[in-house]
Amino acid sequence: MISVSDVNLTFETNDGPVNALKNVSMEVNEGDFVSFIGPSGCGKTTLLRVIAALETPTEGRVTVNNMTPDEARKARQYGYVFQAAGLYPWRTVSGNIKLPLEIMGYSTSEKEDRTRKVIDLVELNGFEKKFPWQLSGGMQQRASIARALAFDANILLMDEPFGALDEIVRDRLNGELLNLWARTRKTICFVTHSIPEAVFLSTKIVVMSPRPGRITDIIESTLPKKRDLNIRDSREFIKIAQRVREGLKAGQSEDVF
Amino acid sequence: MFFERLIEMKTSYLANKFIPVSTIVILIGLFWYLVAVPMNSDKVSRQFKNLTASEHILKCWSLKKPKLPTPHQIINEMVNTTFFKKISSKRSLVYHGWITLQATLAGFFLGTLLGILLALGIVHNKAMDLSVMPWVIASQTIPILAIAPMIIVVMNSVGVTGLLPKAIISMYLSFFPVVVGMVKGLRSPDQIQLDQMKTWSASSREILWYLRFPSSLPFLFASLKVGVAASLVGAIVGELPSGAIAGLGARMLAGTYYGQTIMIWSALFAAAFLAALLVFTIDFLQKITLKRMAIIR
Repeated sequence: MISVSDVNLTFETNDGPVNALKNVSMEVNEGDFVSFIGPSGCGKTTLLRVIAALETPTEGRVTVNNMTPDEARKARQYGYVFQAAGLYPWRTVSGNIKLPLEIMGYSTSEKEDRTRKVIDLVELNGFEKKFPWQLSGGMQQRASIARALAFDANILLMDEPFGALDEIVRDRLNGELLNLWARTRKTICFVTHSIPEAVFLSTKIVVMSPRPGRITDIIESTLPKKRDLNIRDSREFIKIAQRVREGLKAGQSEDVF
Repeated sequence: MFFERLIEMKTSYLANKFIPVSTIVILIGLFWYLVAVPMNSDKVSRQFKNLTASEHILKCWSLKKPKLPTPHQIINEMVNTTFFKKISSKRSLVYHGWITLQATLAGFFLGTLLGILLALGIVHNKAMDLSVMPWVIASQTIPILAIAPMIIVVMNSVGVTGLLPKAIISMYLSFFPVVVGMVKGLRSPDQIQLDQMKTWSASSREILWYLRFPSSLPFLFASLKVGVAASLVGAIVGELPSGAIAGLGARMLAGTYYGQTIMIWSALFAAAFLAALLVFTIDFLQKITLKRMAIIR
């Protein structure tokens, strides 16, 4: 569904070129939940932005739904959730969700239908007419997810969507996100720097390291697809978390030599 | 509860606004009366002989053509020429104010339009971004008093007189704050918001309509407040060199010809009052617009 092969990306900065991605190759299959994990500067967000055609790689080949990323973007093949909810303060929750639908030219009745459906999905019923400032951070992020789900994209790209939230809210939203994933059967790419979050959510974990940004390990999760928060105490979970940690460590030690 | 809050609000209004403002007004008034005595003393001594000190001072405050008229003389004149003259009369302050207001509003409208159009060009067109701003800034370094007579004369020579030349001068002054504010406002959306629009594959027209324009409104209103005051100045300046016989500027000019200081000052106060009225109107529009948009609460 998404294929990245031998991608290199170099940013030209005032301090000289920065190698943001080096020889990055990976696959995302339909229905996967893939997490990108690593310390800051490892290029996980950059990789997500390459897939979304918000950055152009210097070298290498990327396809999204058998198209170039830019074609996929123009064909509205993915929804993107940013770290900040980025809701428009002058639009209500439902107004915000309708915004991409308006831009994409959906009919009024279709807009209403879809908005109602995704508000159900993220459990924001009763908050349709509220403005963003009247919502907690977690609710704002849910509205932002609803907005990315409202149109017919089968890929959901999420860039640390829960990064700014406290752990309690985060756990809850993680559980809800898994439910949502099971119900909508979307393919999700999820950037995070939390090991438990990555292990809990993913079917595949891509471990990355900085300077240059590269992949150090790709872990296929052995956890069952249907899971709840208790799974975090299981031996299986701890084993995977261990391997993620080792992958992160490996990236660091290479850095020293 | 409700009444307690009302009283609380009233006391805070009294403490925060009314008392400090009126204190300053009273101080200025006292100073004014004080200064009026030495300013007008010579003239009183020439006109009247054998006055006691208190009579002398009273005369200083009530001359017909004083060097410095006192506040009550100005207020008296303003009330007289506002309420006790027919609106169509050449002696009515309302008549002159209306003439100036028309030119102000026309110039303000044109200036706002020009400012927004230039800002749109600067934000959307790389060549305009690089080339227009220096000219915009240069335009404001030319003294308006130098350029106003030229505009009037040139337009007169092609047969355009009356409101339009004055409106052009108003426009010349008022488009500047609008360009500066709107360029800043249209560029105020952050990178995440622009990236988000890109992920929806929005056209630049859609980005303008849904994101840039609404984001720019707080900046626009701030600019409009500066712009409308500048427009009024432009209209008055436009009335000075044209030999205009109507308008607050013409009134001030006539006052200086005939030594009618009270007339000058009352036209000046009328202009100040008009400016305050215009700025408050825009402030009010800003409050309700931004409140409805939930940008302020």
